[in-house]
Amino acid sequence: MTDAISSFGAVGRPASIHTDDAAKARLKGRYRTEKWFKWLGAAAVALAGLFLVLLLSTIVTQAIPALRQNYVTLPIDLSAAKVDPAKLDEVNYDAIAQEALTAKFPDVTSRQDKRLLRGLISTGTGVFLRKDIAADPGMLGGTVDYAVPLDDFADLYLKGLLADVGSDEAISTSVTPSGTSGDIDLTFGDDAMLALARGHGATEGENGMFTLTSGASSLLVAFNGGTVKLTSLSPAANGTVIAKGTVIEALDSTAPAASGQAFLRVIETPEASRKISDKVIVWLDTLKSAGLIESRFNSIFFFTGASREPELAGVWGAVVGSFLTMIVTLAIAFPIGVSAAIYLEEFAPKNRLTTMIEVNINNLAAVPSIVFGLLGLAVFLNFFGMPRSAPVVGGMVLALMTLPIIIIASRASLRAVPPSIREAALGIGASKVQTVFHHVLPLAMPGIMTGTILGMAHALGETAPLLMIGMVAFIVDIPGGFTDPATILPVQIFMWADFPEAGFQQKTSAAILILLVFLVIMNAIAVILRRRFERRW
Amino acid sequence: MNIMTEAGVEQKLSSATNAPSIKMKGEKVSVHYGEKRALFDVDLDVREHQVTALIGPSGCGKSTFLRCLNRMNDTIDIARVSGKITLDGEDVYDPKIDVVELRARVGMVFQKPNPFPKSIYENVAYGPRIHGLARTKAELDGIVESSLKKAGLFNEVKDRLLESGTGLSGGQQQRLCIARAIAVSPEVILMDEPCSALDPIATARVEELIDELRQNYTIVIVTHSMQQAARVSQRTAMFHLGYLVEEGATDKMFTNPDDKRTQDYITGRFG
Repeated sequence: MTDAISSFGAVGRPASIHTDDAAKARLKGRYRTEKWFKWLGAAAVALAGLFLVLLLSTIVTQAIPALRQNYVTLPIDLSAAKVDPAKLDEVNYDAIAQEALTAKFPDVTSRQDKRLLRGLISTGTGVFLRKDIAADPGMLGGTVDYAVPLDDFADLYLKGLLADVGSDEAISTSVTPSGTSGDIDLTFGDDAMLALARGHGATEGENGMFTLTSGASSLLVAFNGGTVKLTSLSPAANGTVIAKGTVIEALDSTAPAASGQAFLRVIETPEASRKISDKVIVWLDTLKSAGLIESRFNSIFFFTGASREPELAGVWGAVVGSFLTMIVTLAIAFPIGVSAAIYLEEFAPKNRLTTMIEVNINNLAAVPSIVFGLLGLAVFLNFFGMPRSAPVVGGMVLALMTLPIIIIASRASLRAVPPSIREAALGIGASKVQTVFHHVLPLAMPGIMTGTILGMAHALGETAPLLMIGMVAFIVDIPGGFTDPATILPVQIFMWADFPEAGFQQKTSAAILILLVFLVIMNAIAVILRRRFERRW
Repeated sequence: MNIMTEAGVEQKLSSATNAPSIKMKGEKVSVHYGEKRALFDVDLDVREHQVTALIGPSGCGKSTFLRCLNRMNDTIDIARVSGKITLDGEDVYDPKIDVVELRARVGMVFQKPNPFPKSIYENVAYGPRIHGLARTKAELDGIVESSLKKAGLFNEVKDRLLESGTGLSGGQQQRLCIARAIAVSPEVILMDEPCSALDPIATARVEELIDELRQNYTIVIVTHSMQQAARVSQRTAMFHLGYLVEEGATDKMFTNPDDKRTQDYITGRFG
């Protein structure tokens, strides 16, 4: 080793396979690979984190509006003339509430407009009113102020989800109306309105006339206690502008409004591309400025069952259904799974049969869940004739699906108990069963519990197998038992995501959030159990 | 202790005179682990109230033989034992023999201290409890205390009986395991390299303890330490490659062995 000198030879060290140039290059290459790997790993984690944040923030921002619901407080006439205390069940409470609403807008006269106005409040109003009167008969006999949930469109508009609405801006010129209702002309003192209309998508016609079609933003002028929607504007003499408009809310008088006394409101979203008309918007704004509308915690969403009406739809039925299903799953899968694991791990002879059983259990864990659903359909429903859509059947199907997971997790944690513990117990004369139940099982329990909870969390999020056994049905009632028809959270989410009504979008996200909260809680329990009872030998 | 010594005890390997009665006896004991044979026709006697040391290089079958004595090899699926082992003349591999009863009579202490991850009290009380040795709590307390005293641990742990047994030091843990074995009042205690995981001080304590325990129990100990065998045992058996090479009084084995292999092993020339 002394015959060669290394190339950086000042020290005169003998060249070695660990110090020559090739070795240095190799070493450098090794560090490069390491660095690359580190960066790639960090990038992967960052990307995953980014997607997670994106997903969660999307869901959360979508879900937040669903947590509140707007109510309108109406003076409801519950005097004996309207509500006969002896015949409470025969009263049309919806009609009473609608009357109270229409009374607020006396100048709405056409049948069509009246129907539109009545639609502002939820169709479930009568049910709520009936229930509250039954609970508190003291409400009867006079007029009470009662908060009524708004219909989903009205509610969404008030949450700012249906249309872009600009704030009210004072018009810096005089406005003179030609009438107080119907189609009227408005004369503006200057031509600023023309540029404004052009800026908001009005179509330019002959003679400098601008027409505001339903494809353009809506321009509403509020003055003299009423509101006029502009339809077209054309320049007139002396630099004034004459606008044609439809009165939505009747004006008090034809007196001209001085500069700064009329207000312009622009609804940016054209009427044609939103699901709420200008009229409804004006009515809602009127109610709102009268202080009658109030946003409350959406207890309907959390504590009622499903409904086709978004504002009446709640998640509680699905939560109860999920809970009942999980109880059945746990009650079946846990004892059977743990027993099977104990038998296979501690008692079963190691022969061809047990090996085959083991392999098949591992394979079962990889079977697509829908197959378990088909199995449940064929066996539980068709062969045993069990009830459709029932948590008991759903629970059994999910138990089949969860069993292999629990068995595998339990066996792993039984195997992790050191053999010295078994030997210690056997060595002082404990029987096999005593050894397992006094020593091995208690030590394996945290692991078994962790596996079970993770298996249950998996089952809680499962949708496909339950579609097969009819748990996708639309069920309004909150299930009261294991054989009542029910649906579960993920299926409810699936159904809501499918509904066309805009109001269900937020409900879907909110339900996803609830499901996620449950899953996070279950996983947290699993982690805590693992931390708390982790043992070192 | 009421011993039924087998009539006409052969003392073919022993040169000892007026030897105590034979407690356990192995005749042509062979063990197979699957295809592999680990023990070849071993004949070995264990004398009452003596310490019998099993020595030999690693893999020579001494632990295997030890585990045959209380049928711990039953727990290994592939292990197969042939030949005959008797305890007070009864064949321990007789199907009529209850293995639970056998292990209560022939207790075991393992190489690595393996207390249950429970309290010190529970560790000792577990055996008496499952065998129904104590009728009252007071009786059980008495058994626990006397066992811990016999194992020389009581004074060190009397104030923390309810703390975990795994929190003790290695030597204390091993003495706890010995107390646990004693608590079921066995007749024979098997020790499989009980000091291999302990430091010299703890080892000395356990060795002292073994010597004391000899008064009441019959002890079989597997050890890798020649000095330990010489210090604690009255009889020594030398194993090599699954065969019993030589067996005899410890004094003789260490000063004037019959077999060259024993000589070489004891003097450190192989193993």
